Amino acid sequence: MENKIPEEFEVVYCKPSTLTDMPMHYCPGCGHGIVNKILMEVVEELNIQDKTIGVAPVGCSVFAYNYMNIDMQEAAHGRASAVATGIKRVLPDRYVFSYQGDGDLAAIGTSETIHTVNRGENILMIFINNAIYGMTGGQMAPTTLIGQVTSTSPYGREAAAIGNPLKITDMLAQLPGAYYVSRHSIHTSNAIRKLKKAITKSFEYQKEKKGTCFIEVVSNCPSGWKMTPLESMKWIEEHMFPIYPLGDLKIPKEESKVTKENPN
Amino acid sequence: MIKGTVKIDEEICKGCELCIVACPQGSLGLSSHINTHGYRYVELIKDNCTGCINCAIVCPEPAITVYRQPKTTKSKVA
Repeated sequence: MENKIPEEFEVVYCKPSTLTDMPMHYCPGCGHGIVNKILMEVVEELNIQDKTIGVAPVGCSVFAYNYMNIDMQEAAHGRASAVATGIKRVLPDRYVFSYQGDGDLAAIGTSETIHTVNRGENILMIFINNAIYGMTGGQMAPTTLIGQVTSTSPYGREAAAIGNPLKITDMLAQLPGAYYVSRHSIHTSNAIRKLKKAITKSFEYQKEKKGTCFIEVVSNCPSGWKMTPLESMKWIEEHMFPIYPLGDLKIPKEESKVTKENPN
Repeated sequence: MIKGTVKIDEEICKGCELCIVACPQGSLGLSSHINTHGYRYVELIKDNCTGCINCAIVCPEPAITVYRQPKTTKSKVA
């Protein structure tokens, strides 16, 4: 169909200027692309492009520096939160975030992650949970679900031999250093809108020097799960949400008081 | 009804079909042509777009720009 755009029409949505023109290398339908875009939309809307520093470690998240038109730093596998701590302490007026996958944050960098949150470092940590090591060929990650078939668990993950999925977000919510801990998803447009609000809130908390903000994004991996993007979105709803329910795990005390007094 | 339209960058689109499902009007569909990367890209197949931006929000690339009729035009008509 020939699509002519009438002259009087105005642009209501376009690619944020904080993303570079480089086409994304992610597989079709990958949640990483969506989160990259939403994150950069927030940076554009808050007008903090020159004050934001991102830290991306190893994994599919590693190429974030190609797409995000902000200052980026690479970190060793799992150590993004430690590097982000250093950057934030040297440059306390910058907005610092780490952008990590589940194999990175919950397996290799477990100790860095826990201690960063325990210290209450004033950074934002974004955790993309797709229950698999996507970049290396779909191996089992700590967040892999029971019975999920991966290339290193061809008969499905067994709890007796390998243990249960690690709910690291629930663990981190217990730590006193964590200020705002929330779990979101990318399976529908409304879920993405909620994720955007949570990221905006986290940057505002960081400005007020409140403590660590941690956002888990339940995402998909169509290539690793051997599914089409649409099937993977359904799979998220049917299998991931019972184990990783969406919602706020820890909200600031001031806000929880307000909601109790005024439930509306 | 407010009218809108979308412009899809055929070269970046990977044909993941997330926008097709997200569109409440069913305005989008896969093209029978392929782009230089070998993907069947998404195109506008119906003229009933309202410019709700749902397709653009779910697009991972992001390949979609959404246009909408300005509200002032509507008040002039009324």
